Amino acid sequence: MTMTHMDANSPTHGSHQMPPGMLAGTAAERPIAGAGLPEKISVRNLDFFYDGYRALKSISLPLYDRQVTAFIGPSGCGKSTLLRILNRMYDLYPKQVATGEVLLDGHNILSPKQDLNLLRARVGMVFQKPTPFPMSIYDNIAFGVKLYEKLSRADMDERVEFSLRRAALWDEVKDKLRQNGMSLSGGQQQRLCIARAIAVKPSVLLLDEPTSALDPISTAKCEELIDELRSDYCIAIVTHNMQQAARISNFTAFMYLGELIEFGNTEEIFTNPTKEKTSEYITGRFG
Amino acid sequence: MTMSNSATLATPIGGLYHRRRIANKVALTLALGAAGFGLFWLVAILWTLLYNGLSAINLSLFTENTPPPGGEGGLLNAIFGSVIMTTVATLVGTPVGVMAGTYLAEFGRNTKLAEVVRFINDVLLSAPSIMVGLFVYEVLVIRMGHFSAWAGAMALAVLVIPVVVRTTEDMLKLVPNSLREAAAALGAPQWKVITMVAYRAARNGMITGVLLAVARISGETAPLLFTALNNQFWSADMNAPMANLPVVIFQYAMSPYEDWRQLAWGGALLITVAILLLNIGARLLAGLGTTRK
Repeated sequence: MTMTHMDANSPTHGSHQMPPGMLAGTAAERPIAGAGLPEKISVRNLDFFYDGYRALKSISLPLYDRQVTAFIGPSGCGKSTLLRILNRMYDLYPKQVATGEVLLDGHNILSPKQDLNLLRARVGMVFQKPTPFPMSIYDNIAFGVKLYEKLSRADMDERVEFSLRRAALWDEVKDKLRQNGMSLSGGQQQRLCIARAIAVKPSVLLLDEPTSALDPISTAKCEELIDELRSDYCIAIVTHNMQQAARISNFTAFMYLGELIEFGNTEEIFTNPTKEKTSEYITGRFG
Repeated sequence: MTMSNSATLATPIGGLYHRRRIANKVALTLALGAAGFGLFWLVAILWTLLYNGLSAINLSLFTENTPPPGGEGGLLNAIFGSVIMTTVATLVGTPVGVMAGTYLAEFGRNTKLAEVVRFINDVLLSAPSIMVGLFVYEVLVIRMGHFSAWAGAMALAVLVIPVVVRTTEDMLKLVPNSLREAAAALGAPQWKVITMVAYRAARNGMITGVLLAVARISGETAPLLFTALNNQFWSADMNAPMANLPVVIFQYAMSPYEDWRQLAWGGALLITVAILLLNIGARLLAGLGTTRK
């Protein structure tokens, strides 16, 4: 099944709910983005409320497996909010409500019956600020693994090495795995967090501005890493850096004031956007 | 800058600047004087304590029990009793305090119940300890029919709880939410997030709180007067009255016997040094916590 982007400016938007796949809108203007690719996550008519305030308005879009999807838009447009719905992070706080559907492999994760901890083990997340736990580098990674798997010492060693290698950090820390994770540099800490997320073997990775607190060299390393991880995971990244979105993503979603303005192939969004707002934002005229 | 320089600078602006300089001097002098006045009494107390107490410190102070008037003796039974009751009180009060503090910081944020608990805890924190002694006297000593070390330890535990609740809550609130989110994002259930991540991040501060609570109760006299009372002899029976340093000091310092008063000075010095060490330990731990971050 494929989804087209929604026409967020449509006057009837939000008031009626059309089944996915029947959304006409402006889809005819260009071929359907990502047609034929397997959808890992399908967001359908998603609304989100902070204590009654509607922060997301009828968002519908697909996240394709083994592809990087970037969310761009000015501050406060709802990118991070959307990301935090995909692993139901918002559930940690009262008075935050999501309505609509988010299908992960066909199952609605917004259902109250969804086991949140299992969901979060499958949908990993890396935050803007590096958040190493106050424990050793080794334990930082073993922490998440131990939650759901009983591994022998040797298997755990192997998993830790695998994750650190995957996060391109192994060579820098292999001789000091017992050191506190907080003793690493900011860029290393962020890669440690990525390693930690990979270690529990998720199928989706959510990256919430993962490089905005990093220096250019660390940023480049993280981007290389994301490029490599693309082959195994469905990745969603929120970024304020449009060059970054253009560099590393296959698909781009542009959001503005809680609405999804445009979703499509990154190349097309950046070279030939269909919406006025998108081109204004990309060319830096606002935001 | 030299004095002549500032004087030449002051003249063009005239009287206003001059008046401000004088006001500043006066305020500074008053503030220094107040600080000196406070420090003077503190030093005087410590000096008197050292002057009178040091001569009482000898080996028999630690090896012999409290003597009858005129006899030879030390404070062994009182030191033992204080250590035992403080330890039991800490072991009882700390888990209750940590769990209540955890509730306030982690589970009960923004709830009515937490607000009420926090308020009551603050009241308990500043409640006169003699009230706590009377309370335990009423509910334990009268029902058991006699004074006992258990009652003393319980009275002290009641004093430990509010201190530990407060520091635990404060320290857990200092743990950034991003750390909890990061743990939750790996699929950790809330109790694991708290015990394995939040406690670890707040550990030094929480231990500091416990040490400060121990320091507070190790000098308490009033609650013990109503509960553990005192014991002239060696006793390790928690069901019987037990000697303890504060009450021994109270009793001996008021006595007409010179050797008893000597022992009281020695005991006072012991307690002071112990509390000083506890406070230094707490500071060192708290310092460790801040440099790590």
